[in-house]
Amino acid sequence: MQDSGDTPILVDRLFRSEAGRLVAHFARRFGPAHLDLAEEVVQDALVAALQRWPHAGVPKNPAGWLYRVACHRALDLLRRRAAFDARRDRLSAELSRGQALALADAAFEPAALSDDELRMVLVCCHPGLPREARVALSLKTVGGLGVREIARALLSDERAVAQRLVRAKRRIRQLDLDGELPAAAALAARVESALDVIYLLFNEGYGAHAGRNLVRADLCREAIRLGRLIADADDVSDRRADALVALMALHAARLPARVDAADELVLLEDQDRSRWDQELVALGFAYLDRSIGGDAISPFHVQAAIAATHARAASATETDWKAILALYDELVAIAPSPIVALNRAVAVAKVRGPAAGLEAIAPLTRRRELAGYYLLPAVRADLLARMGRMPAARRAYREALRCRASAPERRFLESRLARLSITEKLA
Amino acid sequence: MAKFMLLLHDRPKAFAGLSPAEMQQIVLKYVAWGRRLRVKKLMVEGHKLTENPGRVVRQKRGKPMVSDGPYAESKELLGGYYIVKAKDYDEALHLALDCPHVAYGTIEVRQVDEV
Repeated sequence: MQDSGDTPILVDRLFRSEAGRLVAHFARRFGPAHLDLAEEVVQDALVAALQRWPHAGVPKNPAGWLYRVACHRALDLLRRRAAFDARRDRLSAELSRGQALALADAAFEPAALSDDELRMVLVCCHPGLPREARVALSLKTVGGLGVREIARALLSDERAVAQRLVRAKRRIRQLDLDGELPAAAALAARVESALDVIYLLFNEGYGAHAGRNLVRADLCREAIRLGRLIADADDVSDRRADALVALMALHAARLPARVDAADELVLLEDQDRSRWDQELVALGFAYLDRSIGGDAISPFHVQAAIAATHARAASATETDWKAILALYDELVAIAPSPIVALNRAVAVAKVRGPAAGLEAIAPLTRRRELAGYYLLPAVRADLLARMGRMPAARRAYREALRCRASAPERRFLESRLARLSITEKLA
Repeated sequence: MAKFMLLLHDRPKAFAGLSPAEMQQIVLKYVAWGRRLRVKKLMVEGHKLTENPGRVVRQKRGKPMVSDGPYAESKELLGGYYIVKAKDYDEALHLALDCPHVAYGTIEVRQVDEV
């Protein structure tokens, strides 16, 4: 209550990030089989803060306070749980030490917690867990998101997410993981799975067109944070992690320019590049540098190089499309997919004209994976319009509007279609 | 100015199932409310009570006795209090209505009798 008004204001997302760090920490102490207990201890500490801080004011070191209270709860729990009989003495000693340190030092920073987080990510991304479970579990445990937030972020419903989490925890118990880093070969497989999960997370967030839904923009940030956790870890050396961070940072840098003042979607070529987040651009290039020199070029490397080529262009017209097309050719060679082929077709159109682009797209219309994907007819519509084939372009836009798309994407397509009709009338 | 006691009764499980981000939002709301009162010099003091519901002393058959609190698990428990200053009871009520605690429990507003 002795709050003179200079109480430190809580850092944005402090609870969320501390929850992630602390769950990872206690899950490592207790063992991943007791993930539930780790979550309980941390939840209790957060509730304690919720009840105490309004009266006592926010402590000078909120993270240290939460850690200390969580240690206290953990000690309480240990005394009551038979499951820890064998390890009780050692665990109690560790926890008491941590608690005492936090008490003695006002600036106490729970040390080495990023190490715990890395291990937790690799537990959450164990190849023995279903892929969707890995995503949900990573968000819950290391990301500090609630079930409702995860459901919203993944466009799923709460019940399904909650079930996924329960099953994932059961599976972790069955797998009997110890939470430590596995040996080289197994580690590589886990890292690969983690990178896959992180990229999926990023795309979930990126597809959401920031502005409307902050939780999803947060997903991009969280994906970058997790990516750096792996890329920066001493125990892991995988250049793909660096490339992935570069790729995500360079894309995330564009987020502020991706919607205009009216919250409408803005295409890359129309973006105000001065609104790109220069810090993220710099971060992207730094990690891109670090990613070079590995034994193999991964799809992340090539995608990062494409994003970097865009980032280097001061304006859309200065974009080196020839370089981008060469990179897409490489990507098609090492990681062929209909989406990659569609993006390559856009580059083809830039380099060799819209007719060549259309030709590159033609075989894709028969791909089942792209059925119902709005970007395919939308790209076709754009190329047809550039060739002056207006009725066909209009038909293609209408086809795109029949596909599943978010509200801003839909409005974007509608405005394109409307503009097309106007220019045609004027002509 | 008169003094008023705001008795904060907590609804059990009011915070169950909240995500960390949601909890932080709530803390910020409480802190902002307290700060508004302090800036206006209306806050006298405030404390949280411990989770232990405590015991009750009452007289039984002519003798003071200690018994367990009258609280069942499901009942709202007195979790803390504020003492605030206000011109009159209505103004004290307004301060309470503005308090974020309303969403997570109930607030009993009582005037300190200073006559």
